[in-house]
Amino acid sequence: MSELLKQTPSQTVGPYFAYGLTAEQYRYPFTQIASGKVADDTVPGTHIRIVGRIFDGEGKPVPDAMVEIWQADGEGRYAHPADSSEGARGSNTGFKGFGRQGTGVDPENRFHFETVKPGSVGEGEAPHITVIVFMRGLLTHAYTRIYFADEAERNAADPVLQSVPEERRATLLAEPDPDTHGLYRFDIHMQGEKETVFFNV
Amino acid sequence: MNNSKVMPMTDQATTRDWQSHPPYLYPEYRSTPLRAPTRPLIPIRHRLSETTGPVYGHEAVGPLDADLTKNARRNGEPLGERIVVTGRLLDEEGRPLRNTLVEVWQANAAGRYVHLVDQHDAPLDPNFLGAGRCVTDEEGRYRFYTIKPGAYPWGNHPNAWRPLHIHFSLLGPTIASRLVTQMYFPGDPLLDFDPIYQGTPENARERLISRFELGVTEPDFALGYVFDIVLRGRGETPFENRS
Ligand SMILES: [Fe+3]
Repeated sequence: MSELLKQTPSQTVGPYFAYGLTAEQYRYPFTQIASGKVADDTVPGTHIRIVGRIFDGEGKPVPDAMVEIWQADGEGRYAHPADSSEGARGSNTGFKGFGRQGTGVDPENRFHFETVKPGSVGEGEAPHITVIVFMRGLLTHAYTRIYFADEAERNAADPVLQSVPEERRATLLAEPDPDTHGLYRFDIHMQGEKETVFFNV
Repeated sequence: MNNSKVMPMTDQATTRDWQSHPPYLYPEYRSTPLRAPTRPLIPIRHRLSETTGPVYGHEAVGPLDADLTKNARRNGEPLGERIVVTGRLLDEEGRPLRNTLVEVWQANAAGRYVHLVDQHDAPLDPNFLGAGRCVTDEEGRYRFYTIKPGAYPWGNHPNAWRPLHIHFSLLGPTIASRLVTQMYFPGDPLLDFDPIYQGTPENARERLISRFELGVTEPDFALGYVFDIVLRGRGETPFENRS
């Protein structure tokens, strides 16, 4: 086996990413490749909104974080060549499955994603969304996952969720808002009692 | 159920090499103690959710996006030293990552970001934004024209200055290959005092420093710097067996 090249080290996204990575959201004169709108109205599936905040070790909302999400469509298909399921690419041309939001625009430092609820990707897997968190003070990004609290049965069978210590699983559950149909709340805690589960992806 | 789906091999993408990346907690960088996760990361076996990722190509890039000396002009040339920044995007096995998006942002020649939060008392340049993107070619090569960024002070500790740097954001072939990093310049005396650079494992740090190359330098126009980037391998496709 030949010698592998060494990975380029990660460095923090810093506090000034917005005009480069989320320019339109922050109203800088540049374009951005992805936004909080992961699926427009034409995409089939159950349309949902996911709203949340990121909290630091003092319980303060983080105003300079960037959150990215990656998910399958309503039928569990990724818009990527490695997904070989029937019709995986192209059938949802309007659906990239990728979203990117900064937390510095919303007055309460929330991120907002408009998307469709993902389907089950593989046998036994509960619907989930991969989340990547970047911010000043994170020298390397952190991966977590969103599961849905109203999918108790499928969650109970999901191999990744079941690999998480039981008392920490709730940190991965987006909770449906009782008052607003289609709205889920998902907060991320970097530290503390409710520290979110982060994965070594 | 999804029986039509070929499930990927379990060891598809390579893992994050923690000998190469900085730790979450590095107290000398004062923003880390309240923001670093404190509990061990939970290992995850790679399935389709990890071996896929967003795909962006030429359609994501406008004609001037790779030329930061031109993409924000209002009434003239941006101030500062013009440079070419180029390099190859490779996976760990040295394979070029083709048609892959590279996003960059940086301070202007005076060390000032356009960003509203940047309070540094240095001039903004009306003809420079400092944001760009491009797509790699068949050899995995990217190329930007830009202005050499200035150093800037920050509040981490008394008399703290960031070394000259350009921020890079890369998606790579899968969500597991996602990387945000910073490119530094050779010979910068500030590197020795910078906790973000110093937070990187010692034997990996120099991979963050670009090299000056006369061959990339354009006569009478711009100095050339080369910065190669290695992302985590994508592994094999689901149909191949690993040799
Ligand atoms: Fe910076």
